[in-house]
Amino acid sequence: MLAYLFRRILYAIPILIGVNLITFALFFMVNTPNDMARAHLGNKHVTQVAINRWKAQHGYDKPLFYNAKVNGLQKFTDTLFFQKSIKLFSFDFGVSDSGRDIGHDISQRMWPSLALAIPTLIIGILVNITFAMMMAFFRASYLDVSGVILCVTMISISALFYIIGGQYLVGKSLKLVPISGYDTGIHAWKFVILPVIIGVISGIGSGSRWYRTIFLEELHKDYVRTARAKGLSEGKVLFKHVLKNAMIPILTGIVVVLPMLFLGSLIMESFFGIPGLGSYTIDAIQQQDFAIVRSMVFLGTILYIIGLILTDVSYTLVDPRVRFA
Amino acid sequence: MVKDNLQIPLIKYLLNSLLLLSLIVGLTACGDQPVNNPHRSKDAKANVRYGVFTERPKTLDPARSYSANEAIFTGQIYEPPLQYHYLKRPYQLVPLTAETIPVPIYLDKNGHALPENAPAKEVAYSVYNIAIKSGMYYQPHPALAKDKQGQYRYLHLTQQQAGKYNTLSQFKHTGTREVTAKDYVYEIKRLASPKTQSPIAGLMSHYILGFTAYMKTLDKAFKEAKQHGKHFVNLCNYPLAGAKVIDKYHYQIVLKGKYPQFIYWLAMPFFAPIPWQADAFYSQPGLAKNNISFDWYPIGSGPYMLTVNNPNSKMVLEENPNFHGEKYPTEGMPGDKAKGLLVDAGKQLPFVKRYVFTLEKESLPMWNKFLQGYYDQSGISSDSFDQAIQVDSKGNPHLTAEMKAKHIRLLTTVEPSLFYFGFNMLDPVVGGKSERARKLRQAISIALDYEEFISIFLNGRGVAAQGPLPPGIFGHQSGKSGYNKDIYRLRNGRLERRSIREARKLLAEAGYRHGINPKTGKPLVLHYDAVVSGDPAQKAQFSWLRKQLNKLGIQLDIRTSQYNQFQQKLRLGNTQMFMFGWNADYPDPENFMFLLYGPNSKVKKGGENSTNYSNKEFDELFLQMKDLPNGPERLAVIKKMVTIVRHDAPAVWGFYPKQFVLTHEWNRISKPLSIGTNTLKYARLNPNQRAQKRNLWNKPLWWPLWALAIIIVFLIIPVLVNYWRREHKTKKHITK
Repeated sequence: MLAYLFRRILYAIPILIGVNLITFALFFMVNTPNDMARAHLGNKHVTQVAINRWKAQHGYDKPLFYNAKVNGLQKFTDTLFFQKSIKLFSFDFGVSDSGRDIGHDISQRMWPSLALAIPTLIIGILVNITFAMMMAFFRASYLDVSGVILCVTMISISALFYIIGGQYLVGKSLKLVPISGYDTGIHAWKFVILPVIIGVISGIGSGSRWYRTIFLEELHKDYVRTARAKGLSEGKVLFKHVLKNAMIPILTGIVVVLPMLFLGSLIMESFFGIPGLGSYTIDAIQQQDFAIVRSMVFLGTILYIIGLILTDVSYTLVDPRVRFA
Repeated sequence: MVKDNLQIPLIKYLLNSLLLLSLIVGLTACGDQPVNNPHRSKDAKANVRYGVFTERPKTLDPARSYSANEAIFTGQIYEPPLQYHYLKRPYQLVPLTAETIPVPIYLDKNGHALPENAPAKEVAYSVYNIAIKSGMYYQPHPALAKDKQGQYRYLHLTQQQAGKYNTLSQFKHTGTREVTAKDYVYEIKRLASPKTQSPIAGLMSHYILGFTAYMKTLDKAFKEAKQHGKHFVNLCNYPLAGAKVIDKYHYQIVLKGKYPQFIYWLAMPFFAPIPWQADAFYSQPGLAKNNISFDWYPIGSGPYMLTVNNPNSKMVLEENPNFHGEKYPTEGMPGDKAKGLLVDAGKQLPFVKRYVFTLEKESLPMWNKFLQGYYDQSGISSDSFDQAIQVDSKGNPHLTAEMKAKHIRLLTTVEPSLFYFGFNMLDPVVGGKSERARKLRQAISIALDYEEFISIFLNGRGVAAQGPLPPGIFGHQSGKSGYNKDIYRLRNGRLERRSIREARKLLAEAGYRHGINPKTGKPLVLHYDAVVSGDPAQKAQFSWLRKQLNKLGIQLDIRTSQYNQFQQKLRLGNTQMFMFGWNADYPDPENFMFLLYGPNSKVKKGGENSTNYSNKEFDELFLQMKDLPNGPERLAVIKKMVTIVRHDAPAVWGFYPKQFVLTHEWNRISKPLSIGTNTLKYARLNPNQRAQKRNLWNKPLWWPLWALAIIIVFLIIPVLVNYWRREHKTKKHITK
């Protein structure tokens, strides 16, 4: 297993370099270092001298990929790409173009993201499984059909509608929770409760449909027929046998998203004023802060790779038939 | 057995859920505070004002900060020598930390004094001697904390020691010291520092004596320091010819030539004092790693200090215990007294103890929280405009019944800004000095109905511009005497845009009869460059623009690009027509007229003249006007300049934006001061009245929650019944 993990980590290195290269190329296709300097210095009274000084101060005065002015290996190392990328691999995210330490900001902003994402995920899974099991139990009945129609309807509604509707109904009309905002520590709960509820409700449609499909697939397997032949009740078959076996795809599906929880929810954070990592990335794109964009993409890639590795590991834990090659 | 195993836990789960729900409801229902209060309930009756910031500030360093969203903080913390009078209009400079308004001494190249009205050509230097008030102290700050031996406690931290601090409040000791002239000079030097990257460094290098050379000196000094592993360069050790300390309370600024507008810069935080100790403190590398820097932890002597600085969520300004004190103005404009603006005349400032600003990116939650009483003041977004404002048949805005019922007040003010539709004067079709091009531009100027634009897209929040100078700026002429005669006419005492027939006539005279380009025999196609915004209204605006030019038979080709590309096009002159804006740096006509001054051409000189307009007569008048004091002579020159540009029409003058602010009844009446940033000290509120209103407006409705719980139970019952039946059926079937 260790050899397998080591091999997967080695595979990750070229992926990270590739993603970094693509991010770099895409960003500088639409933004030149001059543009970045202008964006940070403002639009008034900006002189070329000021632009040059900004670029020199922030290390954007080097060529992008190839430096013809120097010799040897420096032709590649004394470039913007190399200088800006190499530190990332030691998890030194450096400072943003506006001067803030990115690592510090990430460590501060991941907690609000997690405060929102973890309860949404856990409650969402419980609700979705319960609802999907009910539909599977009463399959082909009016309850199942109504459930499926409800799910499809819920999938069809935009996430934005849930957010605005939720804020209007619960925050504005019923006045039960603050419409938006965030506070630290224990005071955070009243700000998180509404986005969590909205997150759970907006996910019921797709989640329940998916889990229902998994349960129905399991219901047609031989061991279910054997269990029924043994005289077990339908409830016992479903809750004791089907649920256990269906947990394999469910768990592996959850594990892959676990690391991504750190990255936060973009729309939710923005609408509810939660200072998480989702809004951090969007702000950076809007402010043309390449240092943050690059760091967040790098972090996202790593977390995604970790998610995939964890999925593979979790397969072996929940299904003894699966072994590492 | 099966039934017992499965149904009982299910019922238990259901009961537990309801119990938990009741508990939450019970807990939240406790106390007399509304449960939807986004602020800490202990502050419900405190003298605290709540506001928002919509964008994360980039920096609060006074040498770098140049955005309005940052000025709301820096303006309250940093104190430059001058400020704008809160009540008097047109805007008037008054001393803040200076004893008096400095009067420049003009010198010739030999250092001989010249009279006040000396022509600019003869003036080699302008000397500003500034006397500051004594007895002003900085806010408590760890950079100024000393130990028993009189040594600074925190200026020699190791990286490891510094790394332990995550916020400024974690430093156990703070200190203060008196503000001296040296600190003002230090800040001027910081403007030249490569570490600071001040946006006005380039501009100041044109004016402050020796500034360009000083920038080079500092570049070298910082490079050497870096080579020696030093993080701090004490600017006190590097003299600047144009900024000198005379004594503890006096300093001198020397400018090259004559630049009367410099006085306005002395009212901006760029020229506020900074103690060298703060620079030394923030230069320690371990602190920067934890974002403890000038950018995020200002140190000033103003009425407020920043105590909570989380630009991602919340910023809190608290009263500075070391504030030197200032009194509310005792004079204002006629009518101010009747409005209640002089009720607090002569009283000690500031009135509000604390300001809490919350980051609100979305307009809807912000608006709803304002209506709930959780924000004391609000702008009006387009989404909420109809809910807040009704415009009468004469175009005057009024509050809706809903707003009146809440006793909300509306404050409006025309901002010292201009949004114009520019022509690139270097373009062969719309640009140039020919009569053909001028008539084409005038025809377009008539056709673009900005009154309609303001009504449709701005909900009336603007005033159609008659020229480059907005209201409040010296030289702005309003009413019948100040209208643009080339575009408007007076009919029955009312100003109206010239008819489209006249525009067509001008177009025909330009050689484009019915909008047909004689060279191609097809409709004239003009190009409009715009920044793609993603705003759904933009599509409608494009369609409106096309419609306007269609009235002349001209076809409009719209080319959208990202902001960077758009700026690049402007710099290279690859545009034909575009829309652009300008917010005043200071309330002087020079700050608008220079947008049309030939040597400021964007393409040729990289200046702010985006239309690249050039007119010899206008340029000569500009040079004359910029050095004149406000008075009849200057006004006469301005009138000539305005007449020239109206006739040449390098731009359709567009509109001056109008700011609408809604304020709750518990806020004492205030007067908008668009050009000034340090106005929070004048605000006053009645926290008890606010608490009362909040409680009244935010009574929670719990019954729908119970109703929902009952509905859920009723939905679960058929499920359980069906479940039981199925299980029972199975059991019976097996028994059989």
